[in-house]
Formats: sequence, structure tokens, C-alpha cells
Amino acid sequence: MSILAVLEQRSGQWNRMSFETLAAAQQLARELDTSASAAVLGHGVTALAGELASKQLARIYAIEHELLQDYTPDAYCAALRQAIAQFHPDILLFPHTYQVRDFLPKLATSLSRVAVSDVIAHRIDNGAVVFVRQLFQGKVSADYRFAGEGPQFASLQAGAHRADQVAAGAASVEVMRPEIAPAEIRTAPRDLFRESQRAVDLSAAEIIVSVGRGIKEADNIALVQRLADALGGELAASRPICDAGWLPMERQVGSSGQTVTPKLYLAVGISGAIQHLVGMKGSRTVAAINKDPDAPIFEVADYGIVGDLFQIVPELIAAVEKAK
Amino acid sequence: MKIVVAIKQVPARDSQLRIAPAGKWIEESDLSYEINEPDAYALEAGLQLKERHGGEVVALCAGPARAATAIREALAKGADRAIHIEEDMAAFDPLAGARLLAAALQGENADLILTGLQSDDLGYGQTGVILAELLAVPHATIVMQVEQSAGGIRVKRELEDGWFQYVEMPLPALLTIQSGISKLRYATLMGIKKAKSKEVRRVTAESLGVAAGPPGVVLERIYLPERRKQTQLFTGSPKEAAAQLVEKLKFEARVI
Repeated sequence: MSILAVLEQRSGQWNRMSFETLAAAQQLARELDTSASAAVLGHGVTALAGELASKQLARIYAIEHELLQDYTPDAYCAALRQAIAQFHPDILLFPHTYQVRDFLPKLATSLSRVAVSDVIAHRIDNGAVVFVRQLFQGKVSADYRFAGEGPQFASLQAGAHRADQVAAGAASVEVMRPEIAPAEIRTAPRDLFRESQRAVDLSAAEIIVSVGRGIKEADNIALVQRLADALGGELAASRPICDAGWLPMERQVGSSGQTVTPKLYLAVGISGAIQHLVGMKGSRTVAAINKDPDAPIFEVADYGIVGDLFQIVPELIAAVEKAK
Repeated sequence: MKIVVAIKQVPARDSQLRIAPAGKWIEESDLSYEINEPDAYALEAGLQLKERHGGEVVALCAGPARAATAIREALAKGADRAIHIEEDMAAFDPLAGARLLAAALQGENADLILTGLQSDDLGYGQTGVILAELLAVPHATIVMQVEQSAGGIRVKRELEDGWFQYVEMPLPALLTIQSGISKLRYATLMGIKKAKSKEVRRVTAESLGVAAGPPGVVLERIYLPERRKQTQLFTGSPKEAAAQLVEKLKFEARVI
């Protein structure tokens, strides 16, 4: 039994979720009484792989090829299939990033396996791993077990493991050079870009009042803005609000927007889909107002009011102004 | 351009979910269903492409008899015809489910296959990519925009933290479409009327020659999530609840 953490980098920079995956792989290795290794793919990533030499790992694989310089699902899958054939890992763990979502199902399918995606926790049961993931936008949890032959593939949700718990040790880097032919790559990726310079840095805000689908109409946003003003905080939103153009994209919190950790995060009419929670669950205090008592936002909330936000928010504004 | 849009019928977004006694799935008897929201955006993207470039939009849906309402809605919105794989999908893991879709697409010679980036029920976010691999076509995920280019298509992909990227690829190809990228159309009265006479090809796993087979992953048990935090809930009138929350924010959390 061996475990391989497949880490993510772009232009020589680690994706921050890579270290969460590393910590998870080490934890799983301890629980299964085996060892964890790590792999990183790219072009000129051997030095980056060397940064892992001080971690508790059996081996670090730098998978090097010039066709891995810019990510494509075809090149990544070709390289990883060869790595699997060569190193025989039993369990492969990945960070559940947009990139992994793009290639992991393809990789697993090409080996006639099914990946378990967006895992939030695991436990060992009779020597086998049970992976926990969420269904119905976080309203229900589910236990999954692999059946049939390995290798097993799982991707781990952002924030499910703590990057600061990576154990120290010593490991050496092995460079692997897969064979990839240019003709295998069917997609042509262009340069990455951002649409606009961010004028609002929500990550610096101490108080954030965030609004979601429950607000119903664009005109109602003003009500939540007044609450943000009363609290001296920034206004933010969940994805549907920004998609609808009711607030600019730069105010979006979540996996496709900003990640925030304010002292107070007050969620108004936000149900708390996974994609939103990963962007705000590190907040020191979370308060939520929602009409649905089963909304996932209450799982991460310290304080909550179940009810009609259109009745509660005006009272809240009045109470905040009185308390100052 | 011949476009296939794979849609799924899922419980309506605001459903109150209860766990069925066997603990394997939710109680389905009193649920209402709708087209999975990301798939509705995939359908919209397909219809817009057809409006721009001509061609045909075929809705593809695997699900039990009730899924016929999702298919009818897709036809009413403008899909030209549909394929219904009439099957209870509970026994099919993501790979087996995608094998069903791939089998139903044999002989269709689609140029472009679209689907939502994930489903609101199981949320694997895998079906599209698995299907691309089974059909041996290139793919891109979390797509915001599709345009025809010289050798095929050029798509705008969303990445994390506000980054985007254009990717070009030849056809045929498969794309998973991001939610919220355009405004969804409503079915018109005329559309609803026309839908009744549109062709729906009904097939089953058996007629396609695909069996669920031994699963690669097994959903063992579902349950309501354990609360990670003990939430203090404030009740009473809106005024009382608001006052209690402000008091806690001021004296306990010390953020006011």
C-alpha cells in the first residue's frame, strides 16, 4: 500500500491547496501504516520539488516535460498514466482545484476507474478508506468506498485539511521524464488573464456583510448595503448575485472569487453552497440570516437567525446603530 | 453545427430533504424536480450557438420516467429533438452512467456536446469529462463562452481567483458549461405547443447494451451533516432576534 499526493503548481508557484493534500496524504499514510510520496508535474519544476525535501515523504517525483509547461488535460493524463505504471501508487490524492476537476475524471476513466471528487473527510474502516463527500449542495453528507481494483483516486476539498500540519522529515527528489508526443495534445491553451484590476480587496476587510440569492431583486441590495454601512464593513456577495450583474465580480466571495477571513462575516440570504463556504469559512465569527433552518451556512455559523431577511435586516440596522 | 446537450433532472433547489429509512438515498416521494441548473445554462449555450451558426440541438437525458418533464421543458425552450435513456440511475456510478450516455450518442455524429459543470444533487462534476474520454474527443471544463474559430472552437475557461483562459480545440469536442453565464430563456407558449410534436427517442440500458456492472465506487450511506459549529440561534420577533444578535456581536464576539 502506498499513497501519492499529486500537487499543483503554475509558473513555478505552488497552489496553496497542494500542502493541504500533502498533509492529508501523510495523515492517511500514518493511519494505514505506510508511506506517502508526492509528485509535481511541469517543465523546470525539479527545484520546486526540492522544496519538499524537508517534508516527511518516501519520495518526491518531479515529472518533467516541456509539453507540461502549460497545462493541458491530454499531456497531464499521459504523464500521470506513465507515473502510475512506473510507481504503482495504491491511492492518489489531488487538491480539488479547477485544474484537477478538468483532468482527474479523464485520467481515472482511461484506467477504467472512478474518482471520488471533492472529499471533505475520511476514516479507516477495516483497513479500507471511507471517503466522505457532500451531496445536494452540502445539505447531505455521504460515505463512499472504493470497490474493485486500485489505484484509487480522490480529490480533496479546499480547507478540508490543514496545510500547516505537514510533517517535517527528509526525502529525495527523483526526476521522471514521461514520453509525450505533441500530436497527443488536442487542445491549445492560451495565456491566462484577468478581466479587471481589483479595486476592492475584500481580504483586508475586518467586517464583511455578504448577500445571496435570498435578496430576490437588484433593488433590494441597497438594504444590505445599509447594514454594511451601519457596521462599517464591506459589501460582498455569493456568485449568483455577481452573475446577475447586481454587484461587480470583484465583490464575489468563494472558489471563483475572493477568499476572505474577516473578524465578522455576516451572510444574508446565502444558503452556503460548498463553493461559497470555501471562500469564507476561515472567518473568525460567522453570523447568518436565512429562511431555511437546514441551509448549510448554519453549519459554519456561530450565530444565526432563521427568518425573513426583509423583516430582520431593518431591525438589525436599527439595533446596530443603537449599540454604537 | 450539431449540438447535443446532456441534461439531468434533479430535486428542486429549495427542496426540504429527508433521508430515506434505508439511509442510502433521500425520500423521493414528495419532491418536485427541475433541470439541473448548470445543465439549463448548457442548454441555453447550445440554443444560442444554433441561433448564430445554424444546425440542430439534441437534448440527451438519462433518468426514470419522471425525467420526461425535463425533456419536455428542453424541447419547449427550443431543442429540436431528444433522447431519453429511461433508467433509474441509482445503480450506475459516474463511469457507468457516462457509458450509457456515450452508447446513446453512437451514430449521432455530434460536433459539440455540452453539459453543466456539475449536478446539484450528486455534485461529482465528472460526467462531462468522463464522457469526453469515452468518446475520445477533446474537452474543456467550466466554460464561460464559446465561439467558432478556423479549425474548430475557441472557448473561454474560468480558472480560480478571477483568472480566465482561452483554449482552442478541433471539433468534435465536449464542453462543461459554467452556471450563470447568460440569461436563461423561458419556454414560450408556441414553444410548449411545438414541443408536443417533437421526436423523443426512448432507449434503455438494455437496448443500448450497457449494464451498470460492478461499481468502481459505492455510496454506502447518506446522512445529515454533523454540525462543525454549535450555532446560537436567536428566535422571537425580528426585532428581538436582531437585538440578541447585536448584543452577542458586541459583547461576545466584540466586533461592533
